[in-house]
Amino acid sequence: MKMINRIVASLALLLCFSLFSMAGSAEKKSFNAGEMILNHVVDEHSWHIAEIGHAHVVIHLPVILFYDGNISIFSSSRFENPERTHNGFTLPLEGAHKGKIIRAGAAEGSPRVYDFSITKNVLALFISVILLAIIFISVARAYTKRRNEAPKGLQNALEPFILFIRDDIARAAIGEKKHEKFMPYLLTLFFFIFFNNLFGLVPFFPGGANLTGNIAVTLVLALMTFIITSFSANRGYWVHIVNTPGVPWWLKIPLPLMPVVEFIGIITKPFVLMVRLFANITAGHIIILGFVSIIFIFGNMMPALGYGVSVVSILFMLFMSLLELLVALIQAYVFTLLSALYFGMAVEEAEHH
Amino acid sequence: MELVSPGLGLVFWMTLSFLALLFILKKFAWKPILKALKEREVSIHEALKAADRAKAEMEKMQLDNEALLREAKNERDKILADARKVREVIIEEARQRASEEGNRIIQNARESIEYEKMAAMTGLKNELAQMSIEISEKVIRRELADKKNQQEYIRQLLSQIDQTN
Repeated sequence: MKMINRIVASLALLLCFSLFSMAGSAEKKSFNAGEMILNHVVDEHSWHIAEIGHAHVVIHLPVILFYDGNISIFSSSRFENPERTHNGFTLPLEGAHKGKIIRAGAAEGSPRVYDFSITKNVLALFISVILLAIIFISVARAYTKRRNEAPKGLQNALEPFILFIRDDIARAAIGEKKHEKFMPYLLTLFFFIFFNNLFGLVPFFPGGANLTGNIAVTLVLALMTFIITSFSANRGYWVHIVNTPGVPWWLKIPLPLMPVVEFIGIITKPFVLMVRLFANITAGHIIILGFVSIIFIFGNMMPALGYGVSVVSILFMLFMSLLELLVALIQAYVFTLLSALYFGMAVEEAEHH
Repeated sequence: MELVSPGLGLVFWMTLSFLALLFILKKFAWKPILKALKEREVSIHEALKAADRAKAEMEKMQLDNEALLREAKNERDKILADARKVREVIIEEARQRASEEGNRIIQNARESIEYEKMAAMTGLKNELAQMSIEISEKVIRRELADKKNQQEYIRQLLSQIDQTN
């Protein structure tokens, strides 16, 4: 315990010093907190890992473009020229198309460019998928190897989560008979969100990408829940939407009010899933980055003030990081639980009412 | 705004990767894990049930044992009581037989004493008769004229008898 305390204390000290040095270097150019935070939260075509002195440690990621039936693959480092153009495409650093690859000098209405680049988030996604696969396949091996024995190590650490999802989410929301069909999706969903939430909190490579705080990722997850719900729904579920039982007929017949409301309900459920996860994780990142920014803002005004504020700021960051650890778990739980509830509604036997 | 507009590329890669992850984990992780968990639960459940059964059996056995013990105790008490009774009977019998035997021995002794006495008396009587005969013989044999001598002699003989007796 004492050992751990000492390590934590020294890490905190190290963080303080590195922030001071950053504050020193940031003084030269004017610091824009909003821009910095947004740059950290959104996707990028390269992964900026560290800045040592004036040298940037950057992973240049591959750009993959589809246009007019053609495909073009090249490194994002090709954009590192004064015009920020390569092969007729440009990646502007500011303006309306900031951070997006567009045709250089193209007029409005010209054929679109479809960007399938391996961006920072895509790379983080690949890393997390590979890690998750390795972790759970090794855990599965532990289960088959040590049959009917008490769990050990990683298996022991992950078993409570698996049991919780099975017993308190799937069985509770879907029912004893039908929950098994949805277990693989629910487990994958939970661990994908949970691991990536945690990964997003790690401030250095390969963590730090705001994957579960990206709307595209949460969109895909919500869509999958929506598709699985719709395709596994039984007759009762659709009857409930088209002809809601227990509602006066005049709410359905001349004007299909209830069906419209129910239909909107179908759409809102995944939409809310998407927004909730995105907003929670992004907000957490923004708050932590905001506390970092405060140091630089005050440091720009007066270096001593920056040093003073940094102590308070780091304490708040520590607090927020701990809170985010909790949020990471809660959001994964909520997304999984709500998905399970929707599946439960879809497969519910029509013996109620 | 870039923050809330999903990028096409990321949507594509996310769909691909997540589906790949889902299928890989479903086949190689969740299936064996969930199966193993179920098996373990079943085996634990069974073990608990078996333990319960064993416990019930043991309780039953204990009850049986207690009953057996009680029975054995009763039996022992009964046997002890019987033994006491038998002992008393035997002692009573022995005492009776002993007193009978004593009486018989005393009777015998008395009878033999009586018999001895009779024998002794018969012997004495015979001896007395013998002695009387001897004296008479001697008296008759000597037939002394002298009355005085006669008497002296008889006296002498008598004293002889007294001395020998």
